[in-house]
Amino acid sequence: MNREALIQIVKQPVQWIEERTGVIAFSTPLLFHHVPRSAKWWYVFGSATLMFFTIQIVTGVCLGTMYAPSASNAWESLRYIDEEIPLGWMLRALHGWSSSAMVVMMAIHMLQVFMHGSFKFPRELNWITGVFLLLTVLALAFTGQVMRWDQDAYWGLGIGAAIVDRVPVFGDQMRALMLGGPIIGGETLNRFFALHVFILPGAAIGLVGVHMTLIMKNGISEMPKPGEIVVPSTYRKGFEERMQKSGVPFFPDAAQRDMVFCGVCLILLVFLAAYYGPFGPGGMPDPTLINTNPRPDYPFMWIFGAVSLLPPASETAIMLISPVVGIAILVAVPFLSNSGERAPSRRPGMMLLAVVVVMAIVALTWEGVTSPWSPVMDGWSALPTPTQFVKGRTPLQMQGAVVFQYAQCRNCHELGGFGGKRGPALDEIATRMSPDQIVRQVQQGGGNMPAFGKNLNSAQMTAIVGFLSTLRPANEADSTIPGAQLPLPIKSPLVLNSPFTGTGVPAEISAGVSSR
Amino acid sequence: MSDNTNAETKKEGCAGCDCGGGVGAGGSLPAVAPQDARRGFMFKFGAGLLGIGGLLAAVPIVGYIVGPARSRYRNEWVDLGATTLYPSGQTRFATFLNPIRQPTDGDAAKTACWVRCVETGKFQVFAINCAHLGCPVRWFEQSKLFMCPCHGGVYYQDGTRAAGPPPRGLFEYKWKVEGGKLLIDAGRLPGLEESV
Repeated sequence: MNREALIQIVKQPVQWIEERTGVIAFSTPLLFHHVPRSAKWWYVFGSATLMFFTIQIVTGVCLGTMYAPSASNAWESLRYIDEEIPLGWMLRALHGWSSSAMVVMMAIHMLQVFMHGSFKFPRELNWITGVFLLLTVLALAFTGQVMRWDQDAYWGLGIGAAIVDRVPVFGDQMRALMLGGPIIGGETLNRFFALHVFILPGAAIGLVGVHMTLIMKNGISEMPKPGEIVVPSTYRKGFEERMQKSGVPFFPDAAQRDMVFCGVCLILLVFLAAYYGPFGPGGMPDPTLINTNPRPDYPFMWIFGAVSLLPPASETAIMLISPVVGIAILVAVPFLSNSGERAPSRRPGMMLLAVVVVMAIVALTWEGVTSPWSPVMDGWSALPTPTQFVKGRTPLQMQGAVVFQYAQCRNCHELGGFGGKRGPALDEIATRMSPDQIVRQVQQGGGNMPAFGKNLNSAQMTAIVGFLSTLRPANEADSTIPGAQLPLPIKSPLVLNSPFTGTGVPAEISAGVSSR
Repeated sequence: MSDNTNAETKKEGCAGCDCGGGVGAGGSLPAVAPQDARRGFMFKFGAGLLGIGGLLAAVPIVGYIVGPARSRYRNEWVDLGATTLYPSGQTRFATFLNPIRQPTDGDAAKTACWVRCVETGKFQVFAINCAHLGCPVRWFEQSKLFMCPCHGGVYYQDGTRAAGPPPRGLFEYKWKVEGGKLLIDAGRLPGLEESV
């Protein structure tokens, strides 16, 4: 058989299909459309997001073959997938890690588009579909956490329900709509299941389709250069001319970079999943098991942090209004400025805004992870009293140390770097408060501390004050000035704890600490 | 009919060459003279039929989804056991099966609460949910405080707010004693809009 005949044999079925579908004519521009020569490594993050989304669909469908979407046995079915199904744990790990990776890649992609001003004319709708994709993916992440149906999922839903419940007038109805009834139960899980596997993935696929169509229609933006300004009336013509003249075909010129980056991401994903394993499930979803410490997944940790730090008086308004305002601002970005400079160096205000937003999210996430406002629930029973605080103390003072633990003070106050961070660390309390002030503070509370007056008898009070009055560095005097400054609550975990060791603190350190 | 013939001829003529077959060919619509009046009526009639059918289909679909928001669930009196389980002056943990439960709820139908016996025959029954955002509060007998692990809400033994972000004290169940048993009026998840 000669070469010509061989080509014919391959060609004929291809032609047959092409004639009936037009698939080659359709996909040729998808592959070979021209992209800017300057589009280099900054442009890989969108592709990586899409790759992780594909992984989510594949692994999600696989998990769907075994997961039992029923509150009575969802948790057991996950344990079964993890422990009995061959490689089931790996599938769950891939799904979980790929979910996080998708959120991260999407955030980087969005940040890049914002910083490069790529949302400007004619790509306003690229940005807006991207914003809706972000919301869809975050909703997928939240509903995915609910699928684990463990204690975090249960109480996370409780937090969601409590926020929805605060909506004026319709709060109760909206909460019932969200939970599928008056309690968190079977209908709740199935509602979130329908969202997680049907509605949200469908929405995401549709939005990805629109997003990609817009990319084909408007082209990939060039790297911004100072002075190359976007003028809507002439931009498209100029862009198309430049693509004709200096553009390179997407495949293979740009695609090869995407392939390298996605390949690295994929390998990393498999290693992360294999090494760290799946997320949860945590404790059984039994609301009577209350020794739990509910925390959201990482994409929502900053919200968890934010709701802890809001002033109580206005928190309802802020919780309900800020998501709406935030989404509105994101959607409005391209309308606020769709022309002019794209270069970061010419948009310093926008760069500052991006930096502030990123830093705020990082800081709130850190606050959420460390949760300095949460009492350490077992601080009183599990943490040892540092030896330097009991060495050489009188029996009364040592009794005070016992009362200090017994009255759960340690749940909110640190000693020697361990304990709750809700109130100030008390390592050097004697330098800040006189015994009388300590009595008043313990008895009456205040400054976000409960009053212990009714719960401690006078002997306990005397002991505890006796103990606290000894807590100071060796070379520092007691607080003797009447009305000495009350300790400020240490809210931020970024404020380092005193390196006090009880014996000979270097002068400059203790001076720095005492001036706080 | 004539279109068909055209396409066939083209296909035959095309075989063997590499022009890509009939791509783009046969895509144009035949210019049929519009029968305006009839088409106008048919269009409106069709749109009307679809609209009516869509509405009819939407009623059960929307009703099914928003049903839970409209339903009126009734709390019921739930037995928490003999009053002797709750010694005077103490606060004890109690659990019950939620009277409003569905077949697939599993463990989620279990509910916990804190029962405080103020003095013999006088109780306070607190919902487990913090009044801030609903996390489960824990009782600390020694300091006589409820503490929340989520955002640091703290309450005194009588349920009043002691510290932290909660906008109010703990939610309380209505209670009564019947035949030596403590009953509470329980069901819906407590929330700010409407207390338990």
